[in-house]
Amino acid sequence: MFYREAGDFKTSYREDMQTFPIRLDRRAYWTIVALAFLVAPFVVNDYWTNAVLLPFLVWATAALGLNLLTGYCGQVSLGTGGFMAVGAFAAYKLMTAFPGMNIVFVVLLAGVVTAGVGLLFGLPSLRIKGFYLAVATLAAQFFFVWLFNKVPWFYNYSASGQITAPERTIFGILVTGPSAAPAAKYLFTLTILFGLAWLARNLTRGKTGRSWMAIRDMDIAAEIIGVDPLKAKLSAFAVSSFFVGVAGALFFTVYLGSAEVTEAFGIDKSFLVLFMIIIGGLGSILGSFLGAALLVLLPVFLKNVMVDILHWETYIAAHLELMIVGGLIIFFLIYEPHGLAQLWRLAKEKLRLWPFPY
Amino acid sequence: MTSEAITHGGAMNPEGDGWVTPDGRHIGPVVLEVKNITLRFGGVTAIKDISFDIREGEIRAIIGPNGAGKSSMLNVISGFYHPQEGEIWFRGQKRPPMKPFQVARQGIARTFQNIALFKGMSVLDNIMTGRITLMRSTMAEEALWWGRAEREELAHREAVEKIIDFLEIQHIRRTPVSRLPYGLQKRVELARALAAEPKLLLLDEPMAGMNVEEKEDMSRFILDVNDEFGTTIVLIEHDMGVVMDLSDRVVVMDYGKKIGDGPPDEVRNDPQVIAAYLGVSHE
Repeated sequence: MFYREAGDFKTSYREDMQTFPIRLDRRAYWTIVALAFLVAPFVVNDYWTNAVLLPFLVWATAALGLNLLTGYCGQVSLGTGGFMAVGAFAAYKLMTAFPGMNIVFVVLLAGVVTAGVGLLFGLPSLRIKGFYLAVATLAAQFFFVWLFNKVPWFYNYSASGQITAPERTIFGILVTGPSAAPAAKYLFTLTILFGLAWLARNLTRGKTGRSWMAIRDMDIAAEIIGVDPLKAKLSAFAVSSFFVGVAGALFFTVYLGSAEVTEAFGIDKSFLVLFMIIIGGLGSILGSFLGAALLVLLPVFLKNVMVDILHWETYIAAHLELMIVGGLIIFFLIYEPHGLAQLWRLAKEKLRLWPFPY
Repeated sequence: MTSEAITHGGAMNPEGDGWVTPDGRHIGPVVLEVKNITLRFGGVTAIKDISFDIREGEIRAIIGPNGAGKSSMLNVISGFYHPQEGEIWFRGQKRPPMKPFQVARQGIARTFQNIALFKGMSVLDNIMTGRITLMRSTMAEEALWWGRAEREELAHREAVEKIIDFLEIQHIRRTPVSRLPYGLQKRVELARALAAEPKLLLLDEPMAGMNVEEKEDMSRFILDVNDEFGTTIVLIEHDMGVVMDLSDRVVVMDYGKKIGDGPPDEVRNDPQVIAAYLGVSHE
């Protein structure tokens, strides 16, 4: 009754091809963007910004990257943690080698470095598919954790093997380092994510996105109608790694502040991002956000309920949390393989007719 | 008159190469020629020393019993298989060994025996993907949705809408192809192949598994495509009625060999062809 397309006429293909063709969707989107930029940083307290909003933004960036590769192009990757480590260490080396460089460039360049590395590790995808490719990308995960542990040059020969982000400012406002205000960190991360999401949307709605999806759905047919599989797969790996690298750089510089590679970028991070896009929805940009939101919020929520309200022991809560997340993944795989994004689409289809059955 | 024109019962083309069919369509010079193609898989020889040509504007059928090597022949033309011996000449030039996507860029499109649509995409996106060989924008332009990227997208959308109108699938534009019935999926696949504006269109059993009404629709679309766009069509089909009605010339294959080649009426009365299809009595 309220959510409908009736009366929303399109008179040009440009209008018909916009991201949110339904007026109500468009309004909702801009409202959320306005809230995120103008209201959230001034309303939400520091604990919530640090514990919920910042990790959500960082993981959403990573999930977006992996979704381009796995959800859109159909190439499974278990190397996300390793590629995030590449982004983080690239950012660290850039920050220490060029102290004058603006943090925005540092983060984007870290993404570019990771894109190059991702391209290299994407080469096996031209020969192998599915499980075998997943194992090949797993090699990237273990290789980079090993590399950043073994070669002291990467962590500037620090005794602990840790890397620590120096303080950097934008327009004179601190965004990295321990004394940066959570709201400033939040706005910095949000701006980058907003830009990347826009790029992702543009890529997926045009020629490149269609060639990725064609490779995903039927690679032989894609090749026969003129998609160059080499170009499509490698570009997916490069773009995806760029996003993941930026996520890694943000994770380290803005969120963690200091990191140790085995702990911060282990295999569990690869799986976490993969779970996010499976639960959120493969091949959906909205799904990347929903999945990241769920997997970041759920542990916080469960912890609050079990420890603070029910007063259970912390270790029981921690174990139950793992079980609940695991159960949820199995539930989604069985009942809604297209994830939260698909639930949202179905809800919208129902809403269009509501309250009438036909 | 060339000898071929005489056997076709039509007048010679004004251009001198080719002829005019009884229903008034112009058959032009040779577009693609396969010469002495032999294709082996290990010890099995799928195609043995086959040669034939395809002329501009004609509907060329390839028929033969199951396992005769018809689909393999199509796969050779579309660059999916590389024959051990023989040459392919396209538009007067010998074609070097090519990958399928390079063949597509030369202007050869095809459909598949088993539908090979992109299941996760809408009908519109499937057909838009068919135009990939005509799109020129770079990835950077697309990422920023700036300049050529948007202009191109709009122009190609308009062209795709014309194909959608032509094949009468306006109502399913936004539907994911996996939700469509079989007959419509076949039609969408034809639309996707047409979207590339091919010079040569290869159809691998476009009417397999269809009922009479759907076959009639599909036949009409094939004739319309040939008539309105002047597209040269190679057709593999088992329904003899359809083949005899649609095609200008027919190649008959059996056990990887060519056993007949000519206009439908001539092929129909060829004793070798009858033997392959019906068997012969040994008395």
